[in-house]
Amino acid sequence: MEQHEAKPDAAVEEQAQGTPPAPDDRAAMHSRRVFLFKLSLLMNGAVGAVLAVPIVGYLLGPALRKRTSENAWIDVGKVADFPEGQTRLVDFRNPVTSPWDGQSANIPCWVRRISGDKFQVFAINCAHLGCPVRWFAPARLFMCPCHGGVYYEDGSRASGPPERGLFEYQHKVEGGSLMIYAGKMPTLAAKNCTGPRLTQIEPAAAIDASAAPKATSLENPGSESWPA
Amino acid sequence: MAGMKQVAFRVYDWFEQRLGLGQPLIEMAEHQIPESTSSWWYVFGSAATVILVLQVMTGILLALVYAPTAGEAWNSLQFLDHNVKLGWFLRAMHGWGSDFMVAIVLIHLAQVFTFGAYKYPRELTWMVGVFLLLLTLGMAFTGQVLRFDQDAYWGLGIGASILSRVPFIGGALVDIMLGGPIIGGETLSRFFSLHVFVIPGILLALVGVHLWMVVRLGINDWPMPGRIVSRKTYMADYHKLTQKNGIPFVPDAAWKDAIFAAVIMLAIMACALWFGPFGPSGQPDPTIIQTVPKPDYPFLWIYAVLAYLPPSLETPVLFIAPTIAILAMLLLPLVAGEGEKHWSRRPVAVLMLLVIAVSLGVFTRLGMYTPWSPIMNAWSSDPTPAADLKDRTPLERAGAIVFETKQCRNCHSIGGAGGMRGPALDSIATRMTEDQMIRQVLQGGGNMPAYGDALSPAETTALVHFLDTLRQGHAPSAIDASKRLADATPAPSGQAAPAPGRH
Repeated sequence: MEQHEAKPDAAVEEQAQGTPPAPDDRAAMHSRRVFLFKLSLLMNGAVGAVLAVPIVGYLLGPALRKRTSENAWIDVGKVADFPEGQTRLVDFRNPVTSPWDGQSANIPCWVRRISGDKFQVFAINCAHLGCPVRWFAPARLFMCPCHGGVYYEDGSRASGPPERGLFEYQHKVEGGSLMIYAGKMPTLAAKNCTGPRLTQIEPAAAIDASAAPKATSLENPGSESWPA
Repeated sequence: MAGMKQVAFRVYDWFEQRLGLGQPLIEMAEHQIPESTSSWWYVFGSAATVILVLQVMTGILLALVYAPTAGEAWNSLQFLDHNVKLGWFLRAMHGWGSDFMVAIVLIHLAQVFTFGAYKYPRELTWMVGVFLLLLTLGMAFTGQVLRFDQDAYWGLGIGASILSRVPFIGGALVDIMLGGPIIGGETLSRFFSLHVFVIPGILLALVGVHLWMVVRLGINDWPMPGRIVSRKTYMADYHKLTQKNGIPFVPDAAWKDAIFAAVIMLAIMACALWFGPFGPSGQPDPTIIQTVPKPDYPFLWIYAVLAYLPPSLETPVLFIAPTIAILAMLLLPLVAGEGEKHWSRRPVAVLMLLVIAVSLGVFTRLGMYTPWSPIMNAWSSDPTPAADLKDRTPLERAGAIVFETKQCRNCHSIGGAGGMRGPALDSIATRMTEDQMIRQVLQGGGNMPAYGDALSPAETTALVHFLDTLRQGHAPSAIDASKRLADATPAPSGQAAPAPGRH
């Protein structure tokens, strides 16, 4: 049959039971089809690989963002609004936000005015697992409600599971306003702990010695400013 | 009526001729199983499947109203609870269904482990089951996130903080998890996608594979001591078992599954009616920091473990322990694929199961009342017991005020009220001398912060005088024995005298 020559698929073969093709013919066509099938697999593999590039890129997008696009200097209030020697809670709208973020983009932080233009600005997130720490002014301690992490007034670790002091924001005073460099949720990965770990109770002499060179920079011994 | 029946048969035949599914399904339902497996112990897997169907159904119904955006999710849950007819009940069903699902899946796991069902030839069934457990927990966690309230918000913070501890790629993982620089719109959207599309898709596919293997390999025969599983003989033995005293799964065994599933469904409905929906707790507003975040109960034990790990061990344990646990579960059937199935011949397995179950129970219980956390408002809400103020000097009463106002109460209880982070101080004076208390208060130690900066000398004196009165039942004060010894030792000859100030 002519049709059989032109379109040799299985269904047609069944219809044309009367005239089976020569075995050699079938073998040749079979090997060609196998080759074509393998070729089609290869082609689809290539298409898949090309398709994977934008998909993986889309998924990894958040991790590939530039750091500068995630942080910005934000005005958190007039210097005069922060009494010296006190620690106050301040809210700011996160610089990077989308309209449907709602309340979740209102970020709080603790501002400690030591004296004059000397400030410390602590992230709300506990250095252990990110829960919101609360300031207890009479005890001069930050306490975390989740696992009991406790920090001193200067943000250094006092007790509990945190392995470092509170995260600190970079800050500056400009035109009578306190500005902080913020935008990204602080975690251990964003800034690794380089300060002394696990300073539990040291003899007074050791604390004096380690604090003395840092007294001018007012760095918190358990942590470093975040983001650096 | 006979005519109707005729029509029904003809309609069935019309479909069956084209679909061809009816006959194989009937054969599958009626396949022979060993008589011993028609047992109330074998009903948990089917119950979990039924709850899964419930969860899919209630989930779709909730999605009709739920708004998956960070700004509106919480409001839409309030709307569901208060403005949508029976919305609260659907939310309650979905929430309780989730808790029942986790519980039943865990019971199912414990049962098949105890009955040695993971052994040849059902190794892969078990392994797929391990993934089903993880996916179920994944559904529970992502579901908690969709209830976008304070617990969800800070739970995400905990999740991000845990991921941030992964070496090298921790930061990138946090970015991918949150979708943006903070917990916000993108974060909720991706958890919505996970909870509604990704995890259920994989879950349903794997449940299909799991069930296919259960039917294909037959239900695990009831273990008998001495009936050893061997790769060479098991299939023939099982075949003999089903031939000798086999019964059709439907209806001879399935009625138990059906009754148990119905009871579980009734229990979920009863809980939903009685206890109502879960939350939502406070709004997902991070500026409201007067919150004590807590995970849902399937994760309370992890929350507790995280409180007890020493800081230096935390990161390694967080990542190594789960890896080992999951690998051990996956490899279990490959390592112990043959041998005894009966629990009486597997004491190590039974003991392990008990230890794990008790540990999970203990940590979950601890997670319910978090003794490691300061009670944030104890200092202002728990009054000093009157008995501790009666017949006290002005100085001691001033100390009681220091004790309250300096927030000592957040970690230390008196009269059963207050935090449990530090020891209860009802009888502290019987254990510590005045000197020891002054040292402990000013310098801290153990797990206590130093209060040297926060207390004036006058406050310290008053506080310690108050603490000195805390002796239950007029027990004697603690005595500094070494000081008395030092005082008694003749001064000049001196070598044996202890150094002053050392206790």
